[in-house]
Amino acid sequence: MSTFNITLHVWRQKSPTAQGKFEDYKVEADEHMSFLEMLDVVNEDLIEKGKEPIAFDHDCREGICGMCGMVINGEAHGPQKLTTTCQLHMRQFKNGPFDIWIEPFRAAGFPLVKDLVVDRSGFDRIIQAGGYISIRTGAPLDANATPIPKAVSDMAMDAAECIGCGACVAACPNASASLFTAAKITHLGLLPQGQAERPERARNMVTAMDNEGFGSCTNHGECESACPKGISVDFIARMNRDFVKASATAYDRAAKSDGD
Amino acid sequence: MELRSNEPDKSIPIEQRWTKHKMAGKLVAPANRRKYEIIVVGSGLAGGAAAASLGELGYKVKCFCFQDSPRRAHSIAAQGGINAAKNYQNDGDSVYRLFYDTVKGGDFRAREANVYRLAELSVNIIDQCVAAGVPFAREYGGLLANRSFGGAQVSRTFYARGQTGQQLLLGAYQALERQVAAGTVEMITRSEMLDLVVVDGKARGIITRNLKTGEIEPHVADVVVLCTGGYGNVFFLSTNAMGSNCTAAWRAHRKGALFANPCYTQIHPTCIPRAGEYQGKLTLMSESLRNDGRVWVPRKKEDCGKPPEQIAEKDRYYYLEEKYPAFGNLVPRDVASRNAMYVCDEGLGVGPVVDGERRAVYLDFADAIKRLGEPIIRERYGNLFDMYERITGESPYKTPMRIYPATHYTMGGIWVDYNLMTTIPGLFAGGEANFSDHGANRLGASALMQGLADGYFVLPYTVGNYIGTEASKRIGQRTFPEIGTDHPEVQKTLKDVKERIKRLMSAPEPKYGPDYFHRELGKIIWTKCGMSRTKEGLEEALRQIPKLRAEFDKHLKITGTGEELNQTLEKAGRVEDFFELGQLMCIDALTREESCGGHFRAEHEEDGEAARDDDNFAFVSAWGYTGDTAKPELNKEPLTFDYVKPSKRSYK
Ligand SMILES: Cc1cc2nc3c(=O)[nH]c(=O)nc-3n(C[C@H](O)[C@H](O)[C@H](O)COP(=O)(O)OP(=O)(O)OC[C@H]3O[C@@H](n4cnc5c(N)ncnc54)[C@H](O)[C@@H]3O)c2cc1C
Ligand code: FES
Repeated sequence: MSTFNITLHVWRQKSPTAQGKFEDYKVEADEHMSFLEMLDVVNEDLIEKGKEPIAFDHDCREGICGMCGMVINGEAHGPQKLTTTCQLHMRQFKNGPFDIWIEPFRAAGFPLVKDLVVDRSGFDRIIQAGGYISIRTGAPLDANATPIPKAVSDMAMDAAECIGCGACVAACPNASASLFTAAKITHLGLLPQGQAERPERARNMVTAMDNEGFGSCTNHGECESACPKGISVDFIARMNRDFVKASATAYDRAAKSDGD
Repeated sequence: MELRSNEPDKSIPIEQRWTKHKMAGKLVAPANRRKYEIIVVGSGLAGGAAAASLGELGYKVKCFCFQDSPRRAHSIAAQGGINAAKNYQNDGDSVYRLFYDTVKGGDFRAREANVYRLAELSVNIIDQCVAAGVPFAREYGGLLANRSFGGAQVSRTFYARGQTGQQLLLGAYQALERQVAAGTVEMITRSEMLDLVVVDGKARGIITRNLKTGEIEPHVADVVVLCTGGYGNVFFLSTNAMGSNCTAAWRAHRKGALFANPCYTQIHPTCIPRAGEYQGKLTLMSESLRNDGRVWVPRKKEDCGKPPEQIAEKDRYYYLEEKYPAFGNLVPRDVASRNAMYVCDEGLGVGPVVDGERRAVYLDFADAIKRLGEPIIRERYGNLFDMYERITGESPYKTPMRIYPATHYTMGGIWVDYNLMTTIPGLFAGGEANFSDHGANRLGASALMQGLADGYFVLPYTVGNYIGTEASKRIGQRTFPEIGTDHPEVQKTLKDVKERIKRLMSAPEPKYGPDYFHRELGKIIWTKCGMSRTKEGLEEALRQIPKLRAEFDKHLKITGTGEELNQTLEKAGRVEDFFELGQLMCIDALTREESCGGHFRAEHEEDGEAARDDDNFAFVSAWGYTGDTAKPELNKEPLTFDYVKPSKRSYK
């Protein structure tokens, strides 16, 4: 077992309106600890000293619920590729850097709640705008009634793997939610079940994304490299195509009804 | 109290019971549904599916979760898959076989009619999920793929890579958000239910804490549905998400809902072992690994500290293969777990020393890699191997994995009848929060199935039937007397919650945060009420728990205030409830003088295997709260088996 000393510089902000600042903590880290276990140790110590622990979101600690997320030394979820904050382990820092800066996911679409906790409910509202297939609970067709080519289904799954953590937004210079939105549009748009609503889905979800205050995509590609699930930026191109097609269809329809 | 299971009459053939039960049930006319308010606590598979389906039917639904989004419920973490009796593989599966396997797997401690319904509904779940866009794995021909899971003799498990729970939950979440957009469901996130409101004997609302602002808020309704998950975190370390807790269920119990079989907990054999005192949770490595991995420890204690490569083949003890030649490494979860414990108890554990001992066994893929080649192993388990390496820093391609059992699932839960209604009228429970379908042991890939069966297909009918039945009793009057948040009972419950928070925040000699006490409690429960239980151990635990509880009351330290986001306060309330539940678990385990499924009493064994006692213990233990947590009241629901005759589980 090997331990080493690090200094954390953590963003502390008591409430959305309070002034925030970095505070420093010295920690002895064990290489086998996860990053969040290291913060747990800091927090237990803070409580015993009568201070408020660092607030941060987390739940599954298995890299799947998407609840954790912080910017570590300037990178969303830290230095290890394809890894959420909760799956990051301290052995990544064994050879430095020994100064670690920790900040919340900052974005206009993610208002700060406290310390490292932000409000990502904008993502839920984007889904509300059309991130589903409208079927009723009841007796749909037999599941094997419509074969789906494996390649199509696999690609839908690639997109569906998004965990909704928001790292893409935090990494994007424009704080765009394009990768998140595109992943859902692609997942559902690839499947035969998702065709009926495909144009409306793209139009409504993109509009909701804009309304939530997320920026637009200017092809930096930072989102893909920050994404713990490796969601591809190619999906953004698919979303854009669906969106353009949807707008054109809407235009055509409007034009036709005008003519009648 | 007489427990009425309200299951259909036993004279009706089992395969017709659910259909007949639905036909006999009362309906609520579409135009009337929006007059009824339903609270659903929880947005996992059970709660998410129930809230979406009830909203779609036209009821006014409020759904709550403590995470920042319903999509993050613990269901998201399920890896392996979901069972359904589709028989797409034509390998002899059927609803009856799934029913049979589940009753037997549960060691004859579940209600037959419930289990049959679960097996019957399993096929509808797959149809529903595919229609909703869940991208299950497929074969090259475009049809759905299946695998065999947990030693089952048919391939009935549907999966989506190693993320089945995620994809199923996202399906339910999307259906839920669709209803939010339609205005039928109000979704309230970052909100924790802290008590149940009971008016005139009926569940009529809940009290929540807004986790962002600390505000204590009353919510009233006509029906309350709890889908709040399991209580595995009573052990402190488990594979459950960090926030998983028993508070909603426990508070309902204190208000009169009986709690059934708390001692039935499942310990999963293949988890990554604990690395140090700081450890906050354990990570599951899918059961499927045992299909190709071989479990062993050194034969000699002096070899335990050596790197595995230096231990000669003849000095390796493949204990599962030796003891259970027929099943080998694929013995059921409880058997695999217990045997890992035995070899470590004998001092044959491997890996680093933590707290003075080595508690791990090897799961070795060297032979499989030699036989099949690394690419095939990578294709089968690549994701899991990567996850293992991220966590431990070791590559299972090069050196054996180290694994040890960890708490994974809780079969016990709130007692419910066939309608999933608790002993408080108007209070329902679904998913892992209830006790219903798995008896004393759950089969792999059956929890997701139960959560979705309850949420999509059972609760929407039975909640409607309850409302319809109440309406028919009170023709010409309001079905449920109108109550507002100013009702004295609501206000009293609100006040109780506020006082409890004040008490938690003002311990006389504050010293440690809640994690300290939770960790200590977990150690007691894990060692005394874990994989193997004894009378002495349980009695010892029942002496230790109240002592630790007294320490908690005296020394709990919470910094910050109650009027803001305060994760320490959230945790403290949950830990306090774990104390009481943990005590009940030990009492239940002590009372059940037999071994069955996940409950293994060392005194009750034959050749090291569980010895069930059907003559004296073929019943559900449903515990009532008496005000004194040391003296709960035991109620028994007898179990009879008309279809699957009780037999001994044997894997030798
Ligand atoms: C690592 C892991 C892997 C698993 N793999 C499988 C598998 O492959 N196959 C299988 O069948 N099963 C598996 N299981 C089991 C299965 O995932 C769970 O049993 C199931 O998902 C539980 O679903 P649920 O809807 O009952 O509860 P959960 O998904 O736990 O949801 C609980 C909900 O209740 C809410 N809640 C809880 N308390 C409160 C409160 N007081 N106030 C407000 N909201 C509250 C939470 O916010 C959450 O929304 C696995 C479990 C684990 C731990
Ligand atoms: S805590 Fe769930 S993804 Fe990190």
